[in-house]
Amino acid sequence: MSVDALDGPRAARSLHARAAPLAAPDAQLARLAAVAPGLDFDATLRARAGGPLRATAPGILQINLGKLCNMACRHCHVDAGPDRLDSQMDGPTVDATLALLGRLPSVHTVDLTGGAPELHPRFEDIVRAAHAAGKHILDRNNLTVLLLPRFAGLPAFLAAHGVEVVASLPNPRAPNTDAQRGDGTFARSIVALRLLNAAGYGQGDPARRLTLMHNPAGALLPAAQASLERDYREELSRRHGVTFDRLIALNNMPIARFLEWLDEKGNTAAYLARLEGAFNPAAVPGLMCRDTLSISPDGRIHDCDFNQMLGLPAAGQPTVQDATTGRLDGRAVVVGRHCFGCTAGAGSSCGGATAG
Amino acid sequence: MSSHYYNAADLPNFGTIAEGNPELARKFFDWYGAVFAEGALSAREKSLIALAVAHAVQCPYCIDAYSSDCLEKGADLQQMTEALHVAAAIRGGASLVHGVQMLNHVHQKGM
Repeated sequence: MSVDALDGPRAARSLHARAAPLAAPDAQLARLAAVAPGLDFDATLRARAGGPLRATAPGILQINLGKLCNMACRHCHVDAGPDRLDSQMDGPTVDATLALLGRLPSVHTVDLTGGAPELHPRFEDIVRAAHAAGKHILDRNNLTVLLLPRFAGLPAFLAAHGVEVVASLPNPRAPNTDAQRGDGTFARSIVALRLLNAAGYGQGDPARRLTLMHNPAGALLPAAQASLERDYREELSRRHGVTFDRLIALNNMPIARFLEWLDEKGNTAAYLARLEGAFNPAAVPGLMCRDTLSISPDGRIHDCDFNQMLGLPAAGQPTVQDATTGRLDGRAVVVGRHCFGCTAGAGSSCGGATAG
Repeated sequence: MSSHYYNAADLPNFGTIAEGNPELARKFFDWYGAVFAEGALSAREKSLIALAVAHAVQCPYCIDAYSSDCLEKGADLQQMTEALHVAAAIRGGASLVHGVQMLNHVHQKGM
């Protein structure tokens, strides 16, 4: 695949492309550990949230198809970008992941992520297989990818397979969106949202659900989801005639490019202190690590997307080839200082806030 | 005693104002929370008003707090700047409109 075919906004270059120090997961973990003083996440759980985290039977199989993306956002915790041709899931691993799906009857949702998962050559195969298996499917979509000429038919394909589109739109206006995701992102996103609306998305049909995803444009925690959703509805409808079904709000995780940005601005210690100070025990029961398996492009299984990016595999180092329900259920979740990113404020997960 | 009048580290200690009268502090903070709850105005709109008022009353604590709060509520720099101009226009206008009193005086006393 030619990089020229990956037209999209750019707010940054990947750590990988720049060979930046934080490109290595170990360097990110060391950086987080070096910020003092800090709370210990596991000890905090034991003291304030009833004990260590244990996984339940997995309900969500989140598959990272690779870090290739037509965009390069400033805050990307995946360090994705148009240069990340190195990281796509290979064919045998795709097959093994789909086979794993058959061995895990508790899984109800297949969550496709990246990078831009649509850029993977097997994306449509995977959607068809998951649809045939009766699973709910999520496509974590950056919106601008829908404007690439080769994806003109994608909204109709997604609609035909009942895929929920979870679309990144950090703000209902251009300035904060473009600052985070690159100049021109907002305008392109609106065009893409109109394409999705035209395909039946965002109009209350549960088979064509359009979820927008908010994250703050900086070293901040998001406002209440319901409040943000109201602002998004008003702004997008009034100015752009765009509709959607629901909004989820995510905290920015202090890893990869967001960690680099925090360091550049001198915000790292204050942000970690904010996350730790905002620890919310009510956010713990809904943490995604408890019922999600996060599959990396190389087939390893992690407790969550963030652990995947930090190179922290699930206990016992399971892979899509060897994982079984018996090995996964009830395992202790691997935790670290970054986990305060998911327990701060209203809580945060790939499904949005975890506390009411 | 501090050697200067404003200290950023005092802001997170606002709650200690309860020391002298917990009941009044509780009433204030309860009321404050209710004021900023989502209502007929959105939380973002209320935060923008707070930011504008913070500049009008020139409270550095409030400016810090509501600059962050506006961003968290999803406001952007354009919106925050427009809110400030509203505050500045009212402050400027409040000065200028007193000029009518000046004019009345001039017209009454002058020839």
